[in-house]
Amino acid sequence: MTNVTCHRTFPVGILAPKTPRREARVAAAIAMDPGRQTGGEADLALEDGSRIAVVGSGPAGSLFTYFLLEMAGRVGMKLAVDIYEPRAFAQAGPVGCNMCGGIISESLVQNLAMDGVNLPPSVVQRGIDAYVLHTDVGSVRISTPGEEMRIGAVHRGGGPRDVTEAKWESFDHHLQALALNLGAQLVQTRVDEVSREDGRPVLRGRDGTAQSYDLVVIAVGVNSSILKSFEGLGIGYERPKVTKTLIREYYLGEEAINKHLGTSMHVFLLDIPRLEFAALIPKGDYVTMCLLGEDIDHALGDAFADTPEVRAVMPPGWQPDEKSCQCLPHINIHGVEKPFADRIVFIGDSGVTRLYKDGIGAAYRTAKAAARVAVFDGISEAAFRKHYQPVCESIMSDNRIGEVAFIMTRVARRLRFVRRILLKVTTREQDRAGGRKLLSSILWDMFSGSAPYGDIFRRMVNPGLIARLAVALPGSLLPSRRRDHTEVVT
Amino acid sequence: MTGNGALGRVYEPGEVIVRQGDEGDCMFVIQDGEVDILVEEDGAEALLRVAGRNEILGEMAIFEHQPRSATVRARGQARILTLDKRNFLRRINEDPSLAFQIVEIMSRRVRELSQEVLELKAALSASGVTPKEPIRG
Repeated sequence: MTNVTCHRTFPVGILAPKTPRREARVAAAIAMDPGRQTGGEADLALEDGSRIAVVGSGPAGSLFTYFLLEMAGRVGMKLAVDIYEPRAFAQAGPVGCNMCGGIISESLVQNLAMDGVNLPPSVVQRGIDAYVLHTDVGSVRISTPGEEMRIGAVHRGGGPRDVTEAKWESFDHHLQALALNLGAQLVQTRVDEVSREDGRPVLRGRDGTAQSYDLVVIAVGVNSSILKSFEGLGIGYERPKVTKTLIREYYLGEEAINKHLGTSMHVFLLDIPRLEFAALIPKGDYVTMCLLGEDIDHALGDAFADTPEVRAVMPPGWQPDEKSCQCLPHINIHGVEKPFADRIVFIGDSGVTRLYKDGIGAAYRTAKAAARVAVFDGISEAAFRKHYQPVCESIMSDNRIGEVAFIMTRVARRLRFVRRILLKVTTREQDRAGGRKLLSSILWDMFSGSAPYGDIFRRMVNPGLIARLAVALPGSLLPSRRRDHTEVVT
Repeated sequence: MTGNGALGRVYEPGEVIVRQGDEGDCMFVIQDGEVDILVEEDGAEALLRVAGRNEILGEMAIFEHQPRSATVRARGQARILTLDKRNFLRRINEDPSLAFQIVEIMSRRVRELSQEVLELKAALSASGVTPKEPIRG
């Protein structure tokens, strides 16, 4: 979910498609769930009056509900949808926060707009039109081609601990409202237990009620304890593999953010032990700091925050220890092999997501795909396998390519001359009007998560780019002053 | 319109967003404000219609290899989000339902154009002019 990148403790092999370990897991899933072989009850389908439960009302749950009801409306089918969400996203403070960097990628902004979901300024806390890459040898600003704000920085909830009255509408609340406007019912209780009775999923809420449904959609995050209960349900579900991230919120005030961080997201490639990638995301009054690395903890966050590169971006006098809020949430780094069964489907982080980037974009893709299948193809395991699994597979295959792409980023983080080459070539591309911005577009898409990793990787091996890097190599091998290029952010 | 959270690009009053005859590789969604959609012929401009918030424009360029059929100009200050053809086509390959919105828009415009044709035909008849070719629906 968090827009952070690159982690060396998770090698390419862990995502390889056909490892004996992975095949064994699939075999175990089949053994636990004989329906996997046959596709279960192939003719299960939604009809007028069908009852659907969506557990979790983050972006995945709300978007699923929105698209399900929207598509059902197109075919004249009336469905009853209950959204189980105990948290209140409109409440000020972190109680309704889904612990995420809160970046809506360029591609997701466009896809939502195409679907008729436009994000108003009350939701988007800052439009982002550039990335500034900071390294120990300099910084470079990479602008979006049309100088257009096409990335949105949002708050997922009511803001950090020091917020007593939110000045914004949280992203999650906005999407939830869209779903409720189409007729879904909000059930403000936590689901404690999931079971199956007569083939139908039954949810038991903390309030003691038990409800049977035609379809249950699991849209909780990986930090939710309920996911464990599905492993004992005999449907072949195994929780995703996760890693920790660090997220901090700093209050700077709108004026200071406008002056010092502007409309750019600031990303850092610094050779700090255990730190793979870090970003500062400007919002309305706050800056969100996101870190990814090995054994992430608060000490690593302190070390990063105290670097000269971070202090150069933040206002003079800024105190790294004066944070408004911080958390160490988990993110999904290896999706679920079988995120579906008869009458049950897992979407968003509880199923499959993109590696390190654009988790909300992946939630959109899986939510919409599951809704499409439920309305048009059925709710049997066979239907989900045939029509939903290809979308999940597409994301997971792309993640495998992403692992390779992130290895290259790791090399740049380790080798100073590589960082000099990157800065030199990118700066030349940015300074030159026109011309193909080969490296700039790769870095843009790596940072923003706007393009599939496969697409980025193909551009990485472009002969024209390799020639540009080769030309910059000789000068970059020589020692030079510490900062080659400093970009003033306006 | 130009707050921190405004997505898209702000066009000043009278600024051209796309010009008739230009090649098009994107479409647009109006985030705020209004735009004039104009057809230029023999140096004269005719206002086809005014488009407002949340409307999608320029979609024909996504499906046709034809120059832009009309000029789009900001009526007052307008904030517009650009949608890339490449991103759209890539997504529609995975998710055909993404075209629902476009098909709906095109369907509505055909309906509106049909209505306009009927009204023009009625106006011509009222003024005693008979169209040379019958209009087939």
